[in-house]
Amino acid sequence: MLQVISLLVENKPGALMRITGVLSCRGYNIESLTVARTLDPTLSRMTIVVDLDANLRSQVIKQMNKLVNVLQASDLTETPAVTREMVLLRVRAQLPTRSAILKEAEIFGARVVDSSVEGFALEATGAPEKLDEFIDVMRSYGDIEVTRSGMVAVSLEAKRLRLAPPIPTKNDALKSQPLNGVING
Amino acid sequence: MSNLMSGARMLLECLAREGVDCIFGIPGGVTLPLYDALYDYPIRHILVRHEENAAFAAQGYARATGGVGVCCATSGPGATNLVTGLVNAIMDSVPIVALTGQVHSKLIGSDAFQEADTFGITRSCTKHNYLVKNINDLPQVIHEAFYIAATGRPGPVLVDIPKDIFQSQAHYAPVSSIHLPGYKVYTEGHTGQIRRAAQMMWDAQRPFVYAGGGIIASGASDELREFVELLDAPAVCTLMGLGALPSSHPNFISMPGMHGSYAANMGMSHCDLLIALGVRFDDRVTGRLSAFAPHAKVIHVDIDPSEIGKNRTPDLPIVGDAKRVLRRIVKVLRELQPQEGQRRAAARAAWWNQIHVWQQEHPLVPAVSSSEIKPQHLVAEIDRISDGRAIVVSDVGQHEMWAAQFIRFNTPGLWICSGGLGSMGFGLPAAVGAQFARPDKLVFALLGDGGFQMSIPELSTVSSHGLPIKIIVVNNGCLGMVRQWQELFYNNRLCGVELECFPDAEKLAAAYGFNGRTIQRPEELSPALEQAARAPGPFLLNVKVSPHENVYPMVPVGAAIDEMVLEDPHPVPVPK
Repeated sequence: MLQVISLLVENKPGALMRITGVLSCRGYNIESLTVARTLDPTLSRMTIVVDLDANLRSQVIKQMNKLVNVLQASDLTETPAVTREMVLLRVRAQLPTRSAILKEAEIFGARVVDSSVEGFALEATGAPEKLDEFIDVMRSYGDIEVTRSGMVAVSLEAKRLRLAPPIPTKNDALKSQPLNGVING
Repeated sequence: MSNLMSGARMLLECLAREGVDCIFGIPGGVTLPLYDALYDYPIRHILVRHEENAAFAAQGYARATGGVGVCCATSGPGATNLVTGLVNAIMDSVPIVALTGQVHSKLIGSDAFQEADTFGITRSCTKHNYLVKNINDLPQVIHEAFYIAATGRPGPVLVDIPKDIFQSQAHYAPVSSIHLPGYKVYTEGHTGQIRRAAQMMWDAQRPFVYAGGGIIASGASDELREFVELLDAPAVCTLMGLGALPSSHPNFISMPGMHGSYAANMGMSHCDLLIALGVRFDDRVTGRLSAFAPHAKVIHVDIDPSEIGKNRTPDLPIVGDAKRVLRRIVKVLRELQPQEGQRRAAARAAWWNQIHVWQQEHPLVPAVSSSEIKPQHLVAEIDRISDGRAIVVSDVGQHEMWAAQFIRFNTPGLWICSGGLGSMGFGLPAAVGAQFARPDKLVFALLGDGGFQMSIPELSTVSSHGLPIKIIVVNNGCLGMVRQWQELFYNNRLCGVELECFPDAEKLAAAYGFNGRTIQRPEELSPALEQAARAPGPFLLNVKVSPHENVYPMVPVGAAIDEMVLEDPHPVPVPK
């Protein structure tokens, strides 16, 4: 069973690298990763799926929370959350199987997003296990090509977001006055 | 009045606001505009001889002052040379800001001359790093860098600045505040946890304090002293924490761990409450983790939440700044002080009695010989001259461990070493930084002959500024710590450890314009060290010590810390 980490991060260059670095520097693999802007365009929501035991996961989440660009990293594995994934799938469909494919697609709640004489492009969303089944079924009709989005998740609990307040900067007086010419020359 | 200024000048204005009075660095192509602005700006630039040494010097400066050290390098090779220094700073939680030049913004990613992906390379060896793409962001970024470096768990922050940002002009308005919503520093400690901790402390029969670099970083020495006195608990200081509690304090045992004292390691192994303050349960301290402090409940105070439970899961964690948390603990301890003082005093007396027995069974005593200079003897003589007051900057290896065992430090900021990373070549440049920070202090740079030869170029920096550093080379003709491991764990098959052809110290020092001397007789030791200490300028003292000494006690890798090897196993194995 895989686990889900959800992060709210500043939308800044390098932020993704820092977060994945927490995992890669320990040799841990990422099962899936999605990232996109939130309502606030300066922030992004990231969902990372990993396979780590609880201790390692807690350590990794603490390390992520330490990153300056991370506003919040939380473990959705044990908390109430909805997780979904999308799959885009192209299946070759000859005349005799076309209607059967459409019927199966309907069972899985998939939509046809493209139709041609070669076959269909289908779009399905759901829990990852459900999508696994969908892909298996479609494979039985012939060659398929699959792109999965990776999991996205939303927590069902309102977790309070703790943010650091602004800090006044230091304002030391110059230690000595500028010289006409030389201090370092 | 127009406040239009160049990015280079803007950077210097921000550094001045942060209280920076000197920068260690080496200029290069893309930092030329910065150096042009530095020419008549009242911040001193100290030209070192290798960028790695700029980062080490900044750390020596930071650790001697408790403030932030600054180093500066050009793009490409300048920046990549900083890397070891940055990793050293993150391992030892030393606040430094590294400024690097980058190629012109338009050339980034084009494999331009002296281009390297500094931002990418240094991501994992800094607490945070920046690539400045817009001159208007520069002041904000610089103040953020200093704030991040100095607060929370301190560490290195790098700011990479393209040449065109230095050159372009913009209106400068001093930044009055910064906002880092994701950078949370927990300082106070949880009130309930502090109360529970105080109760556990009074309930314990055999409490033991394990204090580290966090005490020094938070300036909590006075609070630590008050705390151990109130609780009347024995205390050890880790390699990074030496000086946190005065070495002369009666509750101070010594350093624990791989080369810690018998009493320190036995105390840790037998206590029923381990009070860990600003430490990270490093493998060099804990030995085999599963056998570490097996009878103890653990209270762990640290400002970094990710340290809690990283190696040892504490029974009671407190996330907070050591100074504030200790203050609050002392207050609650006084409130909760139990009435049955006598019973507790009896238990504590028995515990102290046991500690004293361990101290007497295997005391740390420096080896002394009348025929050759023992390195321990040399270190003990430095201790005598220092009397707990000099700054001792050490390189890495056997001499570092002997220094940690035998030199007393009665205030924080006197002992400066490369702890977590163990980077040879650290000692001399860090001593340069420390002497600039504390011109009033006697500074010893205690170096092995291996580490010294990695940092010889800095003799030039020492000499050109007339820095009165006493450079003491503990010369055993080999890479001693590696040799020790080859002797003990690789059947004495010595490979790649002999350092032949050490330069003539007198001539070497003379070549750089100061005095040097080589000694090898024990009776020369005291006079020569005193001569060095009295010398108004730099002094290089090359001490040829017994080549066969090893550091004991020693906890072999994989052993529990109470399974110490206390002395040389004889006979030394014969190589197969």
